[in-house]
Amino acid sequence: MSRRRASRWPVWLVLLTTTALVSLPLPDVLTPFRPPWATLAIIYWIMMWPRVFGLGSAWLIGLILDILQGELLGQHAMAMTIVGYLTLRFHLQIRIFPLWQLTMTVFALLAIEAFVLFWIDGIVGNPMLGVARWTQVIFGAILWPPVMAIMDRIRESIETRDPTFI
Amino acid sequence: MTLRIADSDHRAFRDASPGLRLVLICIFSIGVMALDNQNRHLEGVRQILAASIYPIRLLVDAPFSIGRWLSDNFATRNTLITENDQLKRKILIHNARLQRMASLEAENARLRTLLDSTAKVGDRVLIAEIMSVDMNPFRHMIVINRGSVDGIQVGQAMIDGQGIIGQVIRDHIFSAEAILITDIDHALPVELVRNRLRTIAVGTGDLERLSMPFLPRNADVQVGDLIVTSGLGGTFPPGYPVGVIRDVISEVGQPFLKISAEPAAALNRIREVLLIWTEPPQAAPAADTDATQNDAVESARAEPETAQPDDISPAVPADIPTVDETPTVDETPEEAL
Repeated sequence: MSRRRASRWPVWLVLLTTTALVSLPLPDVLTPFRPPWATLAIIYWIMMWPRVFGLGSAWLIGLILDILQGELLGQHAMAMTIVGYLTLRFHLQIRIFPLWQLTMTVFALLAIEAFVLFWIDGIVGNPMLGVARWTQVIFGAILWPPVMAIMDRIRESIETRDPTFI
Repeated sequence: MTLRIADSDHRAFRDASPGLRLVLICIFSIGVMALDNQNRHLEGVRQILAASIYPIRLLVDAPFSIGRWLSDNFATRNTLITENDQLKRKILIHNARLQRMASLEAENARLRTLLDSTAKVGDRVLIAEIMSVDMNPFRHMIVINRGSVDGIQVGQAMIDGQGIIGQVIRDHIFSAEAILITDIDHALPVELVRNRLRTIAVGTGDLERLSMPFLPRNADVQVGDLIVTSGLGGTFPPGYPVGVIRDVISEVGQPFLKISAEPAAALNRIREVLLIWTEPPQAAPAADTDATQNDAVESARAEPETAQPDDISPAVPADIPTVDETPTVDETPEEAL
Protein backbone atom coordinates (compact mmCIF):
# COMPACT_ATOMS: atom_id res chain seq x y z
CA MET A 1 0.00 0.00 0.00
CA SER A 2 2.85 2.37 0.68
CA ARG A 3 4.16 1.54 -2.74
CA ARG A 4 0.81 2.35 -4.19
CA ARG A 5 0.85 5.69 -2.45
CA ALA A 6 4.36 6.27 -3.70
CA SER A 7 3.24 5.75 -7.27
CA ARG A 8 0.32 8.05 -6.84
CA TRP A 9 2.01 11.28 -5.95
CA PRO A 10 3.47 12.13 -9.38
CA VAL A 11 -0.04 12.05 -10.76
CA TRP A 12 -1.28 14.32 -8.00
CA LEU A 13 1.57 16.63 -8.93
CA VAL A 14 0.38 16.56 -12.55
CA LEU A 15 -3.19 17.27 -11.48
CA LEU A 16 -2.13 20.17 -9.27
CA THR A 17 0.06 21.58 -12.05
CA THR A 18 -2.80 21.51 -14.52
CA THR A 19 -4.98 23.16 -11.89
CA ALA A 20 -2.38 25.86 -11.35
CA LEU A 21 -2.29 26.49 -15.12
CA VAL A 22 -5.78 27.91 -14.74
CA SER A 23 -4.40 30.90 -12.88
CA LEU A 24 -1.46 31.44 -15.22
CA PRO A 25 -1.74 35.04 -16.37
CA LEU A 26 -2.67 35.38 -20.01
CA PRO A 27 -3.51 38.50 -21.98
CA ASP A 28 -7.23 39.13 -22.28
CA VAL A 29 -7.08 38.41 -26.00
CA LEU A 30 -6.23 34.80 -25.26
CA THR A 31 -9.08 34.21 -22.81
CA PRO A 32 -11.23 32.38 -25.41
CA PHE A 33 -8.32 30.02 -26.04
CA ARG A 34 -7.62 29.07 -22.46
CA PRO A 35 -8.44 25.36 -22.30
CA PRO A 36 -9.84 23.75 -19.16
CA TRP A 37 -6.58 21.98 -18.36
CA ALA A 38 -7.67 20.51 -15.05
CA THR A 39 -10.77 18.91 -16.54
CA LEU A 40 -8.71 17.33 -19.33
CA ALA A 41 -6.31 15.89 -16.75
CA ILE A 42 -9.12 14.58 -14.52
CA ILE A 43 -10.85 12.93 -17.48
CA TYR A 44 -7.62 11.23 -18.48
CA TRP A 45 -6.68 9.89 -15.07
CA ILE A 46 -10.17 8.69 -14.16
CA MET A 47 -10.40 6.97 -17.53
CA MET A 48 -7.04 5.25 -17.18
CA TRP A 49 -6.85 4.60 -13.44
CA PRO A 50 -10.48 4.44 -12.33
CA ARG A 51 -9.55 2.65 -9.14
CA VAL A 52 -7.09 5.28 -8.03
CA PHE A 53 -8.86 8.45 -9.09
CA GLY A 54 -12.56 8.80 -8.71
CA LEU A 55 -15.25 11.25 -7.83
CA GLY A 56 -13.50 12.31 -4.65
CA SER A 57 -10.37 13.43 -6.53
CA ALA A 58 -12.50 15.20 -9.13
CA TRP A 59 -14.35 17.04 -6.39
CA LEU A 60 -11.13 18.05 -4.65
CA ILE A 61 -9.56 19.42 -7.83
CA GLY A 62 -12.80 21.26 -8.57
CA LEU A 63 -12.75 22.81 -5.11
CA ILE A 64 -9.17 24.01 -5.60
CA LEU A 65 -10.28 25.54 -8.91
CA ASP A 66 -13.11 27.33 -7.14
CA ILE A 67 -10.74 28.88 -4.65
CA LEU A 68 -8.13 29.77 -7.28
CA GLN A 69 -10.71 31.50 -9.42
CA GLY A 70 -12.50 33.13 -6.50
CA GLU A 71 -15.85 31.68 -7.45
CA LEU A 72 -18.72 30.18 -5.56
CA LEU A 73 -17.39 27.31 -3.44
CA GLY A 74 -18.60 24.03 -4.90
CA GLN A 75 -19.36 25.24 -8.40
CA HIS A 76 -16.41 23.76 -10.25
CA ALA A 77 -16.36 20.96 -7.70
CA MET A 78 -19.84 19.84 -8.69
CA ALA A 79 -19.25 20.25 -12.44
CA MET A 80 -16.02 18.32 -12.16
CA THR A 81 -17.71 15.54 -10.19
CA ILE A 82 -20.39 15.14 -12.85
CA VAL A 83 -17.75 14.93 -15.57
CA GLY A 84 -15.81 12.49 -13.40
CA TYR A 85 -18.89 10.33 -12.92
CA LEU A 86 -19.61 10.14 -16.65
CA THR A 87 -15.99 9.28 -17.33
CA LEU A 88 -16.02 6.61 -14.63
CA ARG A 89 -19.30 5.19 -15.87
CA PHE A 90 -18.10 4.81 -19.45
CA HIS A 91 -14.36 4.42 -18.95
CA LEU A 92 -14.27 0.90 -20.39
CA GLN A 93 -15.99 2.04 -23.59
CA ILE A 94 -14.14 5.29 -24.19
CA ARG A 95 -10.74 3.82 -23.40
CA ILE A 96 -10.82 1.74 -26.59
CA PHE A 97 -12.26 4.46 -28.80
CA PRO A 98 -10.12 5.62 -31.71
CA LEU A 99 -8.56 9.01 -31.05
CA TRP A 100 -11.03 11.10 -33.03
CA GLN A 101 -13.98 9.47 -31.32
CA LEU A 102 -12.33 9.93 -27.93
CA THR A 103 -11.77 13.60 -28.77
CA MET A 104 -15.45 13.98 -29.59
CA THR A 105 -16.34 12.35 -26.26
CA VAL A 106 -14.03 14.73 -24.44
CA PHE A 107 -15.67 17.60 -26.28
CA ALA A 108 -19.05 16.41 -25.05
CA LEU A 109 -17.76 16.08 -21.47
CA LEU A 110 -16.25 19.57 -21.54
CA ALA A 111 -19.49 20.93 -22.96
CA ILE A 112 -21.42 19.31 -20.11
CA GLU A 113 -19.03 20.84 -17.59
CA ALA A 114 -19.31 24.29 -19.18
CA PHE A 115 -23.07 23.95 -19.21
CA VAL A 116 -23.23 23.04 -15.52
CA LEU A 117 -21.02 26.06 -14.67
CA PHE A 118 -23.14 28.28 -16.91
CA TRP A 119 -26.30 26.98 -15.28
CA ILE A 120 -25.07 27.59 -11.74
CA ASP A 121 -23.91 31.09 -12.75
CA GLY A 122 -27.41 31.72 -14.06
CA ILE A 123 -29.11 30.53 -10.88
CA VAL A 124 -26.80 32.49 -8.60
CA GLY A 125 -27.07 35.60 -10.75
CA ASN A 126 -23.43 35.93 -11.74
CA PRO A 127 -22.82 37.81 -14.96
CA MET A 128 -22.47 35.50 -17.94
CA LEU A 129 -20.49 37.26 -20.58
CA GLY A 130 -19.54 36.44 -24.08
CA VAL A 131 -18.83 33.29 -25.98
CA ALA A 132 -15.41 32.74 -24.43
CA ARG A 133 -16.60 29.91 -22.20
CA TRP A 134 -17.86 27.97 -25.22
CA THR A 135 -14.78 28.57 -27.37
CA GLN A 136 -12.75 27.29 -24.43
CA VAL A 137 -14.63 24.00 -24.74
CA ILE A 138 -13.74 23.71 -28.42
CA PHE A 139 -10.14 24.62 -27.79
CA GLY A 140 -9.93 22.14 -24.93
CA ALA A 141 -11.15 19.34 -27.19
CA ILE A 142 -8.62 20.33 -29.84
CA LEU A 143 -5.88 20.10 -27.25
CA TRP A 144 -6.96 16.66 -26.05
CA PRO A 145 -4.66 14.59 -28.35
CA PRO A 146 -1.42 16.33 -27.26
CA VAL A 147 -2.51 16.32 -23.61
CA MET A 148 -3.28 12.63 -23.87
CA ALA A 149 0.10 11.92 -25.46
CA ILE A 150 1.91 13.65 -22.60
CA MET A 151 -0.19 11.95 -19.93
CA ASP A 152 0.34 8.57 -21.63
CA ARG A 153 4.08 8.96 -21.27
CA ILE A 154 3.77 9.85 -17.60
CA ARG A 155 1.47 6.89 -16.98
CA GLU A 156 3.67 4.43 -18.87
CA SER A 157 6.76 5.54 -17.00
CA ILE A 158 4.98 4.99 -13.68
CA GLU A 159 3.57 1.63 -14.73
CA THR A 160 6.88 0.29 -16.01
CA ARG A 161 8.58 1.38 -12.81
CA ASP A 162 5.97 -0.33 -10.68
CA PRO A 163 4.30 -3.17 -12.63
CA THR A 164 2.24 -4.35 -9.67
CA PHE A 165 0.48 -1.03 -9.66
CA ILE A 166 -2.96 -1.22 -11.35
CA MET B 1 -16.34 -5.72 -3.91
CA THR B 2 -14.41 -8.90 -4.61
CA LEU B 3 -13.82 -7.65 -8.14
CA ARG B 4 -11.70 -4.78 -6.90
CA ILE B 5 -8.56 -6.79 -6.40
CA ALA B 6 -6.16 -3.94 -6.81
CA ASP B 7 -8.10 -1.69 -4.56
CA SER B 8 -6.64 -2.39 -1.19
CA ASP B 9 -7.81 0.60 0.77
CA HIS B 10 -11.50 0.19 1.23
CA ARG B 11 -13.34 2.99 2.76
CA ALA B 12 -17.05 3.22 3.33
CA PHE B 13 -17.37 6.00 0.78
CA ARG B 14 -15.40 4.12 -1.85
CA ASP B 15 -17.56 1.05 -1.39
CA ALA B 16 -20.68 2.94 -2.37
CA SER B 17 -21.65 2.72 -6.01
CA PRO B 18 -20.48 5.59 -8.24
CA GLY B 19 -24.06 6.71 -8.79
CA LEU B 20 -24.74 7.02 -5.08
CA ARG B 21 -21.43 8.81 -4.59
CA LEU B 22 -22.32 11.25 -7.35
CA VAL B 23 -25.65 12.02 -5.75
CA LEU B 24 -24.07 12.48 -2.31
CA ILE B 25 -21.33 14.74 -3.65
CA CYS B 26 -23.79 16.79 -5.68
CA ILE B 27 -26.07 17.30 -2.68
CA PHE B 28 -23.07 18.30 -0.59
CA SER B 29 -21.83 20.69 -3.29
CA ILE B 30 -25.24 22.29 -3.64
CA GLY B 31 -25.35 22.74 0.13
CA VAL B 32 -21.91 24.34 0.10
CA MET B 33 -22.89 26.62 -2.78
CA ALA B 34 -26.07 27.70 -1.03
CA LEU B 35 -24.17 28.49 2.17
CA ASP B 36 -21.46 30.32 0.27
CA ASN B 37 -23.90 32.30 -1.81
CA GLN B 38 -26.15 33.48 0.99
CA ASN B 39 -24.57 35.89 3.41
CA ARG B 40 -21.14 34.41 2.91
CA HIS B 41 -21.40 31.87 5.71
CA LEU B 42 -18.29 30.12 4.53
CA GLU B 43 -15.86 33.02 4.51
CA GLY B 44 -13.89 31.44 7.34
CA VAL B 45 -13.63 28.13 5.51
CA ARG B 46 -12.65 29.87 2.31
CA GLN B 47 -10.02 31.87 4.16
CA ILE B 48 -8.37 28.71 5.45
CA LEU B 49 -8.62 26.91 2.10
CA ALA B 50 -7.26 29.93 0.25
CA ALA B 51 -4.37 30.19 2.68
CA SER B 52 -3.57 26.52 2.07
CA ILE B 53 -3.50 26.96 -1.71
CA TYR B 54 -1.42 30.13 -1.42
CA PRO B 55 1.70 28.11 -2.41
CA ILE B 56 0.09 27.35 -5.77
CA ARG B 57 -0.42 31.05 -6.36
CA LEU B 58 3.12 31.81 -5.26
CA LEU B 59 4.38 29.16 -7.68
CA VAL B 60 2.42 30.63 -10.59
CA ASP B 61 3.60 34.09 -9.64
CA ALA B 62 7.23 33.02 -9.20
CA PRO B 63 8.44 33.18 -12.85
CA PHE B 64 7.01 36.66 -13.19
CA SER B 65 8.44 37.99 -9.96
CA ILE B 66 11.81 36.41 -10.77
CA GLY B 67 11.66 38.12 -14.16
CA ARG B 68 10.98 41.45 -12.50
CA TRP B 69 13.76 40.86 -10.01
CA LEU B 70 16.20 40.06 -12.82
CA SER B 71 15.26 43.11 -14.83
CA ASP B 72 15.61 45.23 -11.70
CA ASN B 73 18.98 43.79 -10.83
CA PHE B 74 20.53 43.76 -14.26
CA ALA B 75 19.40 47.19 -15.32
CA THR B 76 22.19 49.09 -16.98
CA ARG B 77 23.89 51.97 -15.27
CA ASN B 78 22.51 54.39 -17.83
CA THR B 79 18.92 53.34 -17.23
CA LEU B 80 19.38 53.73 -13.51
CA ILE B 81 20.88 57.18 -13.89
CA THR B 82 18.07 58.35 -16.16
CA GLU B 83 15.46 56.89 -13.84
CA ASN B 84 17.13 58.48 -10.86
CA ASP B 85 17.13 61.85 -12.60
CA GLN B 86 13.46 61.55 -13.46
CA LEU B 87 12.55 60.58 -9.92
CA LYS B 88 14.53 63.49 -8.48
CA ARG B 89 12.73 65.87 -10.77
CA LYS B 90 9.38 64.42 -9.77
CA ILE B 91 10.17 64.70 -6.09
CA LEU B 92 11.09 68.34 -6.61
CA ILE B 93 7.78 69.02 -8.35
CA HIS B 94 5.83 67.18 -5.68
CA ASN B 95 7.55 68.95 -2.84
CA ALA B 96 6.77 72.27 -4.47
CA ARG B 97 3.13 71.25 -4.77
CA LEU B 98 3.07 70.09 -1.18
CA GLN B 99 4.23 73.49 0.04
CA ARG B 100 1.19 75.02 -1.55
CA MET B 101 -0.98 72.18 -0.20
CA ALA B 102 0.03 72.95 3.35
CA SER B 103 -1.26 76.49 3.17
CA LEU B 104 -4.39 75.38 1.32
CA GLU B 105 -5.08 72.81 3.97
CA ALA B 106 -4.71 75.33 6.73
CA GLU B 107 -7.04 77.67 4.89
CA ASN B 108 -9.50 74.88 4.32
CA ALA B 109 -9.44 74.01 8.01
CA ARG B 110 -10.14 77.63 8.95
CA LEU B 111 -13.06 77.80 6.55
CA ARG B 112 -14.36 74.51 7.90
CA THR B 113 -14.31 75.80 11.44
CA LEU B 114 -16.15 78.89 10.28
CA LEU B 115 -18.78 76.67 8.70
CA ASP B 116 -18.81 74.52 11.81
CA SER B 117 -18.52 71.31 9.82
CA THR B 118 -16.57 68.34 11.07
CA ALA B 119 -13.03 68.07 9.91
CA LYS B 120 -12.06 64.75 8.48
CA VAL B 121 -8.99 62.95 9.59
CA GLY B 122 -6.21 61.68 7.43
CA ASP B 123 -6.09 58.36 5.66
CA ARG B 124 -3.49 55.72 6.16
CA VAL B 125 -2.16 53.70 3.25
CA LEU B 126 -0.31 50.46 2.66
CA ILE B 127 1.44 49.46 -0.53
CA ALA B 128 0.64 46.05 -1.97
CA GLU B 129 1.83 44.32 -5.08
CA ILE B 130 -0.47 42.59 -7.51
CA MET B 131 0.37 38.91 -7.92
CA SER B 132 0.66 37.56 -11.45
CA VAL B 133 -2.20 35.12 -11.19
CA ASP B 134 -5.41 35.13 -13.16
CA MET B 135 -8.76 34.65 -11.55
CA ASN B 136 -12.05 33.99 -13.23
CA PRO B 137 -11.51 35.24 -16.79
CA PHE B 138 -14.99 36.72 -16.94
CA ARG B 139 -14.52 38.90 -13.93
CA HIS B 140 -12.11 41.74 -13.16
CA MET B 141 -10.50 40.48 -10.01
CA ILE B 142 -6.93 40.61 -8.83
CA VAL B 143 -4.90 39.01 -6.07
CA ILE B 144 -2.65 41.21 -3.95
CA ASN B 145 0.21 40.03 -1.79
CA ARG B 146 -1.11 41.44 1.49
CA GLY B 147 -3.66 39.73 3.65
CA SER B 148 -5.28 39.91 7.04
CA VAL B 149 -1.87 39.55 8.71
CA ASP B 150 -1.12 43.01 7.30
CA GLY B 151 -4.43 44.34 8.53
CA ILE B 152 -6.30 44.21 5.23
CA GLN B 153 -10.06 44.25 5.67
CA VAL B 154 -12.92 43.44 3.36
CA GLY B 155 -14.33 46.55 1.74
CA GLN B 156 -11.12 48.47 1.81
CA ALA B 157 -10.58 50.92 -1.03
CA MET B 158 -7.63 50.51 -3.36
CA ILE B 159 -5.99 53.29 -5.37
CA ASP B 160 -2.90 53.74 -7.49
CA GLY B 161 -0.97 56.83 -8.52
CA GLN B 162 -3.78 58.05 -10.72
CA GLY B 163 -7.06 57.11 -9.15
CA ILE B 164 -9.41 54.56 -7.66
CA ILE B 165 -8.77 50.96 -8.69
CA GLY B 166 -11.24 48.92 -6.73
CA GLN B 167 -11.95 47.37 -3.36
CA VAL B 168 -10.99 44.29 -1.38
CA ILE B 169 -13.67 41.62 -1.40
CA ARG B 170 -11.96 38.73 0.39
CA ASP B 171 -9.11 38.84 2.82
CA HIS B 172 -7.17 35.64 2.94
CA ILE B 173 -4.47 35.34 5.51
CA PHE B 174 -1.43 36.10 3.35
CA SER B 175 -3.15 37.50 0.29
CA ALA B 176 -6.38 39.21 -0.57
CA GLU B 177 -8.71 39.29 -3.52
CA ALA B 178 -9.94 42.58 -4.85
CA ILE B 179 -12.51 43.57 -7.43
CA LEU B 180 -11.78 46.32 -9.95
CA ILE B 181 -14.17 49.20 -10.53
CA THR B 182 -14.72 47.97 -14.10
CA ASP B 183 -16.04 44.58 -13.02
CA ILE B 184 -19.57 44.11 -14.26
CA ASP B 185 -20.81 43.59 -10.70
CA HIS B 186 -19.21 46.72 -9.29
CA ALA B 187 -20.74 50.13 -8.75
CA LEU B 188 -19.35 53.12 -6.90
CA PRO B 189 -20.86 56.43 -5.84
CA VAL B 190 -19.21 59.32 -7.66
CA GLU B 191 -19.69 63.00 -8.27
CA LEU B 192 -18.69 65.40 -11.01
CA VAL B 193 -16.00 67.79 -9.90
CA ARG B 194 -17.44 70.68 -11.91
CA ASN B 195 -20.90 70.82 -10.37
CA ARG B 196 -20.91 68.16 -7.62
CA LEU B 197 -23.57 66.23 -9.46
CA ARG B 198 -23.83 62.86 -7.73
CA THR B 199 -24.40 59.57 -9.49
CA ILE B 200 -23.24 55.97 -9.66
CA ALA B 201 -20.47 54.68 -11.90
CA VAL B 202 -21.02 51.07 -12.90
CA GLY B 203 -18.43 48.68 -14.28
CA THR B 204 -18.90 47.41 -17.80
CA GLY B 205 -16.62 44.40 -18.00
CA ASP B 206 -14.32 46.46 -20.20
CA LEU B 207 -11.11 47.58 -18.48
CA GLU B 208 -11.19 50.96 -20.17
CA ARG B 209 -14.79 51.95 -19.66
CA LEU B 210 -17.18 52.80 -16.85
CA SER B 211 -20.80 53.59 -17.45
CA MET B 212 -23.06 56.04 -15.63
CA PRO B 213 -26.58 54.93 -16.45
CA PHE B 214 -28.61 56.89 -13.90
CA LEU B 215 -28.39 60.50 -15.03
CA PRO B 216 -31.52 62.07 -16.55
CA ARG B 217 -31.38 63.68 -19.97
CA ASN B 218 -31.31 67.19 -18.61
CA ALA B 219 -28.31 66.56 -16.36
CA ASP B 220 -25.39 68.89 -16.82
CA VAL B 221 -22.68 66.55 -18.02
CA GLN B 222 -19.96 67.35 -20.51
CA VAL B 223 -17.30 65.32 -22.21
CA GLY B 224 -14.06 65.83 -20.31
CA ASP B 225 -15.66 66.24 -16.89
CA LEU B 226 -13.61 64.74 -14.10
CA ILE B 227 -15.43 62.36 -11.77
CA VAL B 228 -14.27 61.69 -8.22
CA THR B 229 -15.55 59.49 -5.43
CA SER B 230 -18.32 61.15 -3.47
CA GLY B 231 -17.74 59.27 -0.24
CA LEU B 232 -21.36 58.20 -0.01
CA GLY B 233 -21.77 54.56 0.86
CA GLY B 234 -18.75 54.66 3.10
CA THR B 235 -16.50 52.28 1.21
CA PHE B 236 -14.53 54.80 -0.77
CA PRO B 237 -13.17 57.94 0.87
CA PRO B 238 -14.32 61.11 -0.88
CA GLY B 239 -12.32 63.07 -3.39
CA TYR B 240 -10.23 60.45 -5.14
CA PRO B 241 -10.26 60.66 -8.93
CA VAL B 242 -12.27 57.92 -10.65
CA GLY B 243 -12.17 58.87 -14.30
CA VAL B 244 -12.92 61.29 -17.08
CA ILE B 245 -16.16 61.38 -19.06
CA ARG B 246 -15.50 60.40 -22.65
CA ASP B 247 -18.91 60.05 -24.21
CA VAL B 248 -22.34 61.50 -23.54
CA ILE B 249 -25.15 60.19 -25.73
CA SER B 250 -28.65 61.54 -25.41
CA GLU B 251 -31.09 59.31 -27.22
CA VAL B 252 -34.55 60.55 -28.04
CA GLY B 253 -37.14 58.50 -26.20
CA GLN B 254 -34.75 57.33 -23.53
CA PRO B 255 -35.17 58.73 -20.01
CA PHE B 256 -31.49 58.54 -19.14
CA LEU B 257 -28.26 59.62 -20.74
CA LYS B 258 -25.78 57.06 -21.96
CA ILE B 259 -22.53 58.15 -20.41
CA SER B 260 -19.26 56.34 -20.56
CA ALA B 261 -16.15 57.32 -18.68
CA GLU B 262 -12.56 56.27 -18.88
CA PRO B 263 -11.04 55.18 -15.54
CA ALA B 264 -8.30 57.48 -14.31
CA ALA B 265 -6.14 54.55 -13.24
CA ALA B 266 -4.56 52.46 -15.99
CA LEU B 267 -6.29 49.31 -14.80
CA ASN B 268 -4.56 46.98 -17.22
CA ARG B 269 -1.07 48.18 -16.39
CA ILE B 270 -1.08 48.42 -12.62
CA ARG B 271 1.65 46.63 -10.67
CA GLU B 272 1.38 48.18 -7.25
CA VAL B 273 -1.65 49.44 -5.41
CA LEU B 274 -2.25 51.53 -2.31
CA LEU B 275 -4.79 50.31 0.21
CA ILE B 276 -6.50 53.04 2.16
CA TRP B 277 -7.84 53.06 5.68
CA THR B 278 -10.12 55.92 6.52
CA GLU B 279 -9.84 56.19 10.27
CA PRO B 280 -8.40 58.44 12.96
CA PRO B 281 -4.62 58.69 12.68
CA GLN B 282 -4.08 57.89 16.37
CA ALA B 283 -5.21 54.30 15.70
CA ALA B 284 -2.86 54.03 12.80
CA PRO B 285 0.55 52.70 13.73
CA ALA B 286 0.44 49.29 12.03
CA ALA B 287 0.89 50.40 8.44
CA ASP B 288 4.07 50.90 6.46
CA THR B 289 3.41 54.50 5.70
CA ASP B 290 1.27 57.27 7.00
CA ALA B 291 -0.21 59.87 4.79
CA THR B 292 -2.88 62.43 4.97
CA GLN B 293 -5.64 62.12 2.51
CA ASN B 294 -4.71 65.26 0.68
CA ASP B 295 -1.20 64.03 0.54
CA ALA B 296 -2.28 60.81 -1.10
CA VAL B 297 -4.49 62.62 -3.53
CA GLU B 298 -1.62 64.88 -4.35
CA SER B 299 0.52 61.93 -5.25
CA ALA B 300 -2.45 60.45 -7.03
CA ARG B 301 -2.45 63.44 -9.27
CA ALA B 302 1.08 62.96 -10.35
CA GLU B 303 2.30 61.40 -13.55
CA PRO B 304 2.22 57.58 -13.87
CA GLU B 305 4.52 55.37 -11.83
CA THR B 306 5.15 57.86 -9.10
CA ALA B 307 3.32 56.17 -6.24
CA GLN B 308 6.55 55.19 -4.55
CA PRO B 309 6.66 54.75 -0.80
CA ASP B 310 8.77 57.82 -0.28
CA ASP B 311 6.31 60.07 -2.02
CA ILE B 312 3.65 59.48 0.55
CA SER B 313 5.65 59.54 3.70
CA PRO B 314 4.36 62.21 6.06
CA ALA B 315 5.48 65.35 4.35
CA VAL B 316 2.91 67.68 5.82
CA PRO B 317 3.84 68.96 9.27
CA ALA B 318 1.75 67.37 11.99
CA ASP B 319 0.58 70.66 13.45
CA ILE B 320 -1.39 71.51 10.33
CA PRO B 321 -4.84 69.98 10.74
CA THR B 322 -5.88 67.69 7.94
CA VAL B 323 -9.37 68.27 6.82
CA ASP B 324 -12.05 66.84 4.68
CA GLU B 325 -11.23 67.51 1.13
CA THR B 326 -13.93 69.14 -0.87
CA PRO B 327 -14.03 68.19 -4.50
CA THR B 328 -13.49 71.78 -5.50
CA VAL B 329 -9.88 71.31 -4.55
CA ASP B 330 -9.68 68.87 -7.41
CA GLU B 331 -11.01 71.30 -9.91
CA THR B 332 -7.70 71.90 -11.58
CA PRO B 333 -6.04 68.52 -11.37
CA GLU B 334 -3.57 69.07 -14.17
CA GLU B 335 -2.73 72.57 -13.13
CA ALA B 336 0.89 73.49 -13.62
CA LEU B 337 2.81 75.00 -10.80
